[in-house]
Amino acid sequence: MAKPVKDPLTGAKTTGHVWDETLQEFDNPLPRWWVWMFYATVVFTIVYWLMYPSWPVAGTYLKGFNTITYETDAGEEKTTHWNTRALLQRDMQTGTQALKQKEYLTKVAAAPYEQIAQDPDMAAFVRSYGNGIFGDKCAACHQAGGQGVVGLFPNLVDDDWLWGSKPEQITETLVNGRNGFMPPYRETFNDDQLDQVANYVMSLSGLEANKEAAVKGEQIFKGEKGGCYYCHTSEGTGMYAQGAANLTDKIWTVANVPAKDSAEEKLAAIKTVIRDGIQRQMPAFSSRLSDTEIKVLVAYLKQLSGE
Amino acid sequence: MFKHETIETNSGLLIVLTLVAISIGGLVEIIPLHYIDETVEDVRDPDTGFEMVRPYSPLELRGFDIYKREGCYTCHSQMIRPFRDEDLRYGHYSLAAESKYDHPFQWGSKRTGPDLARVGGKYSNEWHVQHMIAPRSVVPESIMPNYPWLAETELKLSDLQDRMIALKKVGVPYSRTTAEYENNVKRFGEAVAKTLDINLAENTLIAQANQGNYDGNKAKITEMEALVAYLQVLGTMVDFDKFDEEHFIQFR
Repeated sequence: MAKPVKDPLTGAKTTGHVWDETLQEFDNPLPRWWVWMFYATVVFTIVYWLMYPSWPVAGTYLKGFNTITYETDAGEEKTTHWNTRALLQRDMQTGTQALKQKEYLTKVAAAPYEQIAQDPDMAAFVRSYGNGIFGDKCAACHQAGGQGVVGLFPNLVDDDWLWGSKPEQITETLVNGRNGFMPPYRETFNDDQLDQVANYVMSLSGLEANKEAAVKGEQIFKGEKGGCYYCHTSEGTGMYAQGAANLTDKIWTVANVPAKDSAEEKLAAIKTVIRDGIQRQMPAFSSRLSDTEIKVLVAYLKQLSGE
Repeated sequence: MFKHETIETNSGLLIVLTLVAISIGGLVEIIPLHYIDETVEDVRDPDTGFEMVRPYSPLELRGFDIYKREGCYTCHSQMIRPFRDEDLRYGHYSLAAESKYDHPFQWGSKRTGPDLARVGGKYSNEWHVQHMIAPRSVVPESIMPNYPWLAETELKLSDLQDRMIALKKVGVPYSRTTAEYENNVKRFGEAVAKTLDINLAENTLIAQANQGNYDGNKAKITEMEALVAYLQVLGTMVDFDKFDEEHFIQFR
């Protein structure tokens, strides 16, 4: 080491290294507070090593002295070294927020739907908790307000239900999902027949239609040629078991008829659906939501549709 | 005597010694992971004994390639951390085993879009297609770009086998020989082993695309089809209903 010397101008200590004849480096000591902070972090590290999983050793690692006790599914208490997975398990069981929610979830799980709707406390819980689930799991398709996207994803705020509005029917929809299917009729119907059936569908919901064509369309609808009545029933009121739409209630879920101005455009929209058929899928949520969460969601949907 | 000045004034030596010093830090962190048995969970179906996490089928693999090509990872992570808020929103925390065949893995700490580790089965195929073509048509507040070309671009199949061979070289158990195939049958069961056979890759891919019809277009196999097939398998391989809630704590 070069001998420490002092800088003649400032009097400060230098490292004694000299480059390019005069270029020198100050050797100022670190501030005391900084040095002590540094020592403190070293001590903290050692405590941390001892408390939490740290150094790898052979085929395993030091687990640390800190422990977490949680309850297993079988109801036994289990203690393990500190780790984030056990921490989560404990948090889900005994965390402050989790316990608060559990209190309500237990209450809702035990109550019948009418009672949930009437009890202001439970109804408020369903509104906020259900809204959270709906926002993440449902809103991507059915939209934040439940209004859906015509043609793609059904509206959940009206009174029209494709698969039924009873709590057990909605539960079934959520648990196992649904496959909405209507066969395409482009091979079955010629242009005239397509026109006639579409006119009949128009007349079903009181829209202006070609009466002559609608009469012929009715025969196809109710006859073996179309077989539409299998799912939509002879009255056209639809069938929950098949997810077949009610065609008489002026609510359109696939063909966006109300958005079309002229009768021709409305007819064309209906024709497109009959020609191409429908294939829509609602995913199953049984593995994503607990039974109670599904119940909360059903109660929330009931609130959304104003029932 | 050794002088620090020798290192400081000798740039070649300084470079070498700097590299040595930095690699010690890296090696101390990385090497032990390869020797710790518990790092990657052994996830087997309790009923059949087969491994639940399998390599991607050829169609899913091509979807993964497109996922990387389009840079989806710049906004989407695939790692659910073991926190209550993440559990409630995304589902079960990710296991190390679930990304063991990902090259490169898609973990991450930056989420501009949501985490996708368990997006499989959450939305319908139709939603994915619609969302990929025009995200704002289904999620008005979304800032995701449109990817309309995926639905039009035909999926390139000519290098499919090469891609699988490359992955095999880094340890993904795709099979080329009968012995390797038999080994896969033992590990994953016959149905899965067939999808991992490099020799049948193209047929497997076409069969899955036709059966799944992920983009609603039967005329040709598009990149959209592969990407949706990939998204629909994410996070679905391990059936957590078959395990106790605390089962995976033992691996930590």
